[in-house]
Amino acid sequence: MSKILEIKDLTIHYVTDDEVVKAVNDISITLEEGESLGLVGETGAGKTTTAMGILGLVPNPPGKIIGGEVIYKGKNLLKLSEAEMRKIRGHEISMIFQDPMTALNPVLTVGDQIMEVIRLHQKVSKAEAMKRAMDMMEMVGIEGGRCNEYPHQFSGGMKQRIVIAIALACNPSLLIADEPTTALDVTIQAQVLDLIDNLKKKFNTSLLLITHDLGVVAEVCDKVAIVYAGRIVEYGNLESIYNNPKHPYTNGLFGSIPDFSKKAHRLNPIRGLMPDPSNLPEGCAFAERCPNATDECRKRQPPVVEVEPGHSVRCLMFEKEGR
Amino acid sequence: MIKYIGKRILMLVPVLLGVVLLVFSMMYFSPGNAEDYILGDMATEEDKEAFREEHGLNEPFVIQYINYVKDALRGDLGISYTTKQPVAEEIFKRFPTTFKLALLSTLWSIVIGITIGIISAVRQYSILDNVTRLIAMLGVSIPTFWEGLMLIILFSVQLALLPASGFTTWKHWILPSFTIGTHSAATVMRMMRSSMLEAIRQDYITTAKSKGQTNFVVVTKHALRNAIIPVMTLVGVNFGKLLGGSAITEIVFSIPGLGNLIIDGIKVKNAPLVQGGILVIALAMALCNLLIDVLYAYVDPRIRSQYVKPKVKLAQKSATTEEEK
Amino acid sequence: MGKDKKETSAIRGKKKSQFRNIMRRFMKNQTAVFGLVVIVVLLIFALFPAQLSNPDYTIQDLANRYAGPSAQHFLGTDELGRDMYTRIVWGCRTSLAIGLASVGIACAIGVTLGTLAGYFGGILDNVLMRIVDVLMAVPNLLLGISIVAALGNSISVLIFAIALGNIAAFARVTRSSVITVRDTEYVEAARATGASDGRIMWKYVLPNALAPIIVQVTTSLAGNILNISGLSFVGLGVPAPTPEWGSMLSNARSIMRDYPLQIVFPGIAIMLTVFAFNLFGDGLRDALDPRLKN
Repeated sequence: MSKILEIKDLTIHYVTDDEVVKAVNDISITLEEGESLGLVGETGAGKTTTAMGILGLVPNPPGKIIGGEVIYKGKNLLKLSEAEMRKIRGHEISMIFQDPMTALNPVLTVGDQIMEVIRLHQKVSKAEAMKRAMDMMEMVGIEGGRCNEYPHQFSGGMKQRIVIAIALACNPSLLIADEPTTALDVTIQAQVLDLIDNLKKKFNTSLLLITHDLGVVAEVCDKVAIVYAGRIVEYGNLESIYNNPKHPYTNGLFGSIPDFSKKAHRLNPIRGLMPDPSNLPEGCAFAERCPNATDECRKRQPPVVEVEPGHSVRCLMFEKEGR
Repeated sequence: MIKYIGKRILMLVPVLLGVVLLVFSMMYFSPGNAEDYILGDMATEEDKEAFREEHGLNEPFVIQYINYVKDALRGDLGISYTTKQPVAEEIFKRFPTTFKLALLSTLWSIVIGITIGIISAVRQYSILDNVTRLIAMLGVSIPTFWEGLMLIILFSVQLALLPASGFTTWKHWILPSFTIGTHSAATVMRMMRSSMLEAIRQDYITTAKSKGQTNFVVVTKHALRNAIIPVMTLVGVNFGKLLGGSAITEIVFSIPGLGNLIIDGIKVKNAPLVQGGILVIALAMALCNLLIDVLYAYVDPRIRSQYVKPKVKLAQKSATTEEEK
Repeated sequence: MGKDKKETSAIRGKKKSQFRNIMRRFMKNQTAVFGLVVIVVLLIFALFPAQLSNPDYTIQDLANRYAGPSAQHFLGTDELGRDMYTRIVWGCRTSLAIGLASVGIACAIGVTLGTLAGYFGGILDNVLMRIVDVLMAVPNLLLGISIVAALGNSISVLIFAIALGNIAAFARVTRSSVITVRDTEYVEAARATGASDGRIMWKYVLPNALAPIIVQVTTSLAGNILNISGLSFVGLGVPAPTPEWGSMLSNARSIMRDYPLQIVFPGIAIMLTVFAFNLFGDGLRDALDPRLKN
């Protein structure tokens, strides 16, 4: 296996007149070919901004990439020109969005919208592109004959299938899925996840799955990165994170899921709220909510500690154990 | 769709009856008598009585109103007191001029308003955006007749490039249509800008960018197609308003249009002419609004499908059955 | 994100802090503050024209007609040798007085109609809205012209004529605003405590439907000042010799080829006034409803 994507110390801030929102801070992840990585965290943790950073679509202003590297197949995407980036978007790296209701243009037919990406990256005639668009629709389970219909004529689950068809139309090497099932009904969620999983295996696509749902991650991913306030607090393969969670925040996340095997009367939620990303504390961002926090936690940014091969934690509790 | 248009036309009837009633009672209850204005001081009592009898002015108010509506339905808007010509004929002689003026002004407003609106939105908060927004605000604040006078001073008097009055050659059309057009353009520009900003923020724009589409195509194909819809409504409403509202500009440039005709009529209390003129304007504005709504449905597939019922039902059915599988 | 949090806390906060928030947002908008400053200056001119210019605007100096700007008449003189500056200052009083009076009347009637239509709905709503449709179907200016022509040239007729054209706009804005408030929980709660319809409308519905109405006041004011000058321009506005910007333009029109300055100053006065109210209204709208702001 070879590395397809390596993000090194990516930092993205939103700078406005009033404040600096530190959305993404020193995020580093690695993704091998054909592998799936789950980026897990609460709303506002900076997951979507990370994804936009990879695609070079962070809205500027106010978004600014402060530092770091996004290395895709050996090229640093942050150094590429806009024209070079456009060749990568939709062709090599594509994205599935959270809300299928708004992700499709309401005044263009779905066929047009699938065709658009094909025509951009493959030199084919209009008729040929339309044929491929219809094939893509069939592949995601929609009659190709409905390519002349508009988005509002489809249900939410079907719209998400169309978004997936757009994302996979050019057979990308890397697929970023940003909460692809959050906006859907529970029954449809499983269908869409299965679809993504199957297509991913079929084309050997790498997947960066953004979600707040640990159940979804367990089903699809090989690796997990837990994000808190724009930082990765725990990172490792699926088994080590699920069987041996180290960071108090990860533990807290697992504590927030109802476990039906035990008859607990109450869930064990994490108390408090995520800190305002425009006003992050000097030390560990989780310290305020952490049951094990010490004074040192509030003063010093914890370093990344490797607790076992391929499993790292950003927490002072494990500083001595590491390396 | 046809059913919808029929319903809308039916809803027009009470509004138009109301307009007639409003103008009719205003003319009826106002002091001063038509015969005094028309026949002059020299007329004898007998002459005046004959005039009243001829024009049905001795009947009670309600009868006069009903008679007027009855005649109007047959296309008879009465006889102009001053020219003794049928009012309908007088109006339709003037209408093309006003229509042409409204059309040309609308063209200006589309060209100027939409282009600047888009640029302003795409370059939000740039110097260009700030300056054009201020100019647009100034544009809605200038009295059109004053703008017309200033343009006459500049282009007709000082530079002697364009004629100051009349409406015959294309040179005559430029100043008046530009005068009205800039005013209208300012409103179009403001609407275009805000509508475009709204569209640019939508998720489907990010989708289009994530496909690797160029910014230019994202703006022109994806954003504009959505953003133009409310602007189109405004352009239509503006056009409707211009059919009746450019009266003062017509006076400034001495254009023989409908507005000019009505204001002349008002001054000499030529009731049939004023009533007919305002009725025709109200009708034209209403039809214009109706046309926009139909056009709206044509451009926006979401609204279109509300009218083309059977096809959608099929589509929805198949959508649900698919989902059930 | 951070912004949303602040906004929600502003809604939760007490009325006072909400008002302070609106003020703060408004004061940040430079053009809106500029509009406000101009309005204040115009109001001062309107309130104290005699102190700020000549107390008598009818003084004629027939030897000195169409004079250009000079130390004595620093905007020149008109066709009767009257001081232009004095007449423009007094004209400010005329325009603002008629504008405010007509907006006041239109607002009172329109808001009442709109509240009744929106609150009760049903047949009443239908009937009132058809009346509004009729008023909307006739262009404001033509409506004004025909009323003034029918009822005669006087300031009170003019106020009525201008106001009539505004009623429809106020009724529509109020109605749609009231409809959104009507079904909220606090109105339900008031009804549950047995408050009368009148009390609910006055105490609960109207105060919460106020923002768009306030904005409509500034928009109407700007439009009315334009219409007053338009009516005067065609000779159906303010009767002579009361100074009015539109009639000054009308008087100057026949001689504008030779004395273009006669046209320039009154026009600038109208434009500046309307511009100031528009800027103010825009800023007010953004401050009252930040979601509308782009």
